[in-house]
Amino acid sequence: MFELPSGAEIQSIISILKSGLGFFIPEIYLSILFMGLIILDLALKGRNKSGILGWATLIGLGGSFYFIAQQHAMQAGEHFFGMYVLDEYAIFFKYFFVASGMFAVVATLADRKFDAEVKSIGEYYALVVAMVIGMVMMAAASDLLMIFLAMELVSLSAYILSGYFKRDARSSEAALKYLVYGAVSSGLMLYGFSLIYGMTAETNILKISMELADHGYDPLVMILATLLIMAGFGYKIGAFPFHFWSPDVYEGAPTPITAYLSVASKAAGFALLLRFFYIAVPHGVSPYEDILGIDWLTLLVIMSVASMIYGNVVAIWQKNVKRLLAYSSIAHAGYLLLGVIVMDEIGTQAVLFYLLSYFLMNYAAFYVVVLISNRTGSETLDDYRGLGSKMPLAGAALTVFLISLVGLPPTVGFIGKLMIFSALLSKGALYIWLALIGVLTSVISLYYYMLIPLNMFLRESLEPNEKSLNPGFLAQLMMAVLMILTIWFGLFFEPLSEFARYSSAMFGLSLY
Amino acid sequence: MLSLIVFLPVIAGLIILAVPSSQKQIIRIVSLLAAVVQMVLAVMIWRGYDPSLAGITAMAGGMPEGSFQFIERLPWISLDLGNMGSMNIEYFLGVDGLSITMVILTALVSTIGVLSSWTIKKQVKGYFLLYNLLATAMMGCFVALDFFLFYVFWELMLLPMYFLIGIWGGPNREYAAIKFFLYTLFGSVFMLLVMIGLYFSVIDPLTGNHTFSLVAMASQENYIKDAILGPDNAMWRYVAFIVLFIGFAIKVPMFPFHTWLPDAHVEAPTPISVILAGVLLKLGTYGMMRINFPLFPEVFQASMYVIGVFGAINIIYGAFCALAQQDLKKMVAYSSISHMGYVLLGLAAANSEGMTGALYQMFNHGTITAMLFLLVGVIYDRAHTRQIDKFGGLASYMPVYAGIVTVAWFASLGLPGLSGFISEAFVFVGAFSSETTRYIAMVSVLGIVFGAAYLLWSLQRMFLGKRKDDAAYDLVTGPDGQEQIHFHDWNGKLDLDGRELAMLIPLVVITIFLGIYPMPIMGLMTTTVNHLVEVLSPVMMAVVN
Repeated sequence: MFELPSGAEIQSIISILKSGLGFFIPEIYLSILFMGLIILDLALKGRNKSGILGWATLIGLGGSFYFIAQQHAMQAGEHFFGMYVLDEYAIFFKYFFVASGMFAVVATLADRKFDAEVKSIGEYYALVVAMVIGMVMMAAASDLLMIFLAMELVSLSAYILSGYFKRDARSSEAALKYLVYGAVSSGLMLYGFSLIYGMTAETNILKISMELADHGYDPLVMILATLLIMAGFGYKIGAFPFHFWSPDVYEGAPTPITAYLSVASKAAGFALLLRFFYIAVPHGVSPYEDILGIDWLTLLVIMSVASMIYGNVVAIWQKNVKRLLAYSSIAHAGYLLLGVIVMDEIGTQAVLFYLLSYFLMNYAAFYVVVLISNRTGSETLDDYRGLGSKMPLAGAALTVFLISLVGLPPTVGFIGKLMIFSALLSKGALYIWLALIGVLTSVISLYYYMLIPLNMFLRESLEPNEKSLNPGFLAQLMMAVLMILTIWFGLFFEPLSEFARYSSAMFGLSLY
Repeated sequence: MLSLIVFLPVIAGLIILAVPSSQKQIIRIVSLLAAVVQMVLAVMIWRGYDPSLAGITAMAGGMPEGSFQFIERLPWISLDLGNMGSMNIEYFLGVDGLSITMVILTALVSTIGVLSSWTIKKQVKGYFLLYNLLATAMMGCFVALDFFLFYVFWELMLLPMYFLIGIWGGPNREYAAIKFFLYTLFGSVFMLLVMIGLYFSVIDPLTGNHTFSLVAMASQENYIKDAILGPDNAMWRYVAFIVLFIGFAIKVPMFPFHTWLPDAHVEAPTPISVILAGVLLKLGTYGMMRINFPLFPEVFQASMYVIGVFGAINIIYGAFCALAQQDLKKMVAYSSISHMGYVLLGLAAANSEGMTGALYQMFNHGTITAMLFLLVGVIYDRAHTRQIDKFGGLASYMPVYAGIVTVAWFASLGLPGLSGFISEAFVFVGAFSSETTRYIAMVSVLGIVFGAAYLLWSLQRMFLGKRKDDAAYDLVTGPDGQEQIHFHDWNGKLDLDGRELAMLIPLVVITIFLGIYPMPIMGLMTTTVNHLVEVLSPVMMAVVN
């Protein structure tokens, strides 16, 4: 069967692995952090355990920035036999995911609901780090096997994290739903992968692309394969029609994890989707034209339009703020897909910028939701009544974040939308109709987002007591800073957009 | 100078932020100071303004200097878009004959709005924060010459307005506030797309880059021929014109997009109604004159007739609706719709007289309607009702109030000698002398008759005759033995008090003065309006193409 490799071959394999390690330092560091946190958890006892672990995670994650920053100096390239790439695009997402992890930890430290669940908090923080590792790998994976492994690492961590409140039935329900949907979509995606492997006998996405270009393919099989793969990616980005898990999971999971999933997990899905479709799967040009007249781009257009309409319309009837934000995040997946559809540097830049803006405004919104739920113990719209006078800063901050999510100036969310629509219109009249759907659905989104400020400011509290609720100095400061950042980057967005443009360089991307 | 006048209210807002919310008087005074200084600055700009410069487009070679005045131009954001070149957004302010009158109007109405806000008792700090933000956004809209900057200010108005109606408004305020917000946003999102499309179609001759500068966009030779909104793409230029027009028409508000206005006015507190009618509505027609028409002159030529028809519908429909109202404020709101119709009619005439009349009508409507809403507020404060048939015979008990009401009402119906007459006369002269709008003007004249009908009828029912049995007040015998009226829950002065007079007297003086001698305002706009007419004329376009 298999021939045993000769000594020289083994030597060369080892040397390739060794040379790859130099490009893998942040991931190694994060893995050590993961194990260190578990050990620290075992060693610690007493009441302050949660705080110490949280801060250790925060500092540990922050430390990884140092190692990531050093990667800018390295040559973009493939490592570990084409399993893994290092390019500016991957580095962008490394920053993104580590920062997401840190924000999830900050939100967890602020969330009082965790006080009752302090027993297994060590695993919780370790799993947050594990998820960061998985997502970092998703953004850098360039091989079907690696993609699958990275996605499973993220998913498995996420299943446990969303079910972290064991005594809360909704949390457990969320975890189970997430698991079932996740398992199905992974299975479908694997089937898609196997079809691609069957056509090309390759697992590396660059080689797949070359193989498809050289030898052609059966378009029917190709569309089937991309459809199946989209089930996996669509599940991660939470786009229609693969969104069914998200409202229940977002509502049931601990709020910091909801925020984490809605931002980081979605971004990881997009990181993968962009790289996979831009590099591996051909589009358009004559030899690839298929008999059905549709290719993966058409699929994305359909998904995008359906997500924007469905997410924005269904959100109108939501009574729970987390659920409302869940539906809105489906809509945001639709907007992000618009940027993917453009298929050029401006589109990629717009997607990356939108992800940055979404990071800021969505995390910030969930952070305020955590603070409010600390005080009121509730996340329903009715319990937001009259909060504006009791927590003025929280009310004002949440309003700014929601306005940003709608996409109104002068906030960063507006610039995100502006970039997406600019990218669409830079193609001339081709995508005007998509831009039209985009802006019209964002008008719809205004209605449901404004339901929150409506209840906070325009309505009186159901139980009239004028006691003001102070979320604490640090939390106030944090909210103020986030609010100022949201507006600041709405007015002076050059650094962010430059960063996004610089990071849109993907290794192996030659043809658009 | 312009930056200061724009951002002064926000600076006041930041100071207010530092004042504890119990110090209501300080908060009010800071806001008033800011507004007064803004007024002073507006007067200084007015004094320093040279009415012989044209505006609208740049001088030959693309330089805005020599055409616009008080220019402030700084690079704001330069965005590298790879092979699409760079996206240049400028902080670009300036005034010409179109905006200078609106700057004066905005400063005036904002100041009066602050005075009128003295009666706001609930959450004073939050109120004045939002009010000042709104004042900045309005002023910014009128002086912005970069489309992006204009759009930012334009959208910035929505949120404060939403809360000002939504928190301090009447019983049905939630509905009115979100309706206002959704309507206006619906219009402005299309503007966003047109803005991006224009950006990709226009080259600034000075830099060779794409630009958001409205000055560059107003010259047809700066368009790339085959770009999405370039001259070769006639179809998309029509579409862009129409959606842009709808965006502005919602603000005007033009029939059939007017339904948000009566709701918003009825629910809004008095000062916000004043701002809404006095300034915000003008932004719609200002946007048409600044952006919509000069950027798409050939489409404007093709659609003048339609615009005129909509103007006539506004005039007559608004007047009919006003005639049917029982609520005094709703009547004034519909009269606004009717009067903004004159502006549309004047624009559709597309000649000097019509355009001058339209712009002058914008100014006069701003001052007159501000007065009307203030007067409605005065009676509402006292009687807690605005139902016209709950009053009667007020004239003999509140003579000063009745006197000012009479001036305002007559100014609104266009009595010669008051400012409204001159602008309406110009509009009609323009409309009759234009081939396109001649017959529309004939129909529109009916609007004046109906306007007189609803105004005089309401005046008669409220102020003349005797107290009705179900009136909102009682007749009592005063300390001096004279019979006088008594409002329930009102302890202030029966007739106008000092603060109310301070708001109303300047407006009355302006109305009368500009009715006799319109040149201080009209003289500012002549050159610019003539240039605008030239830019919009078919001859001019033939030269360019």
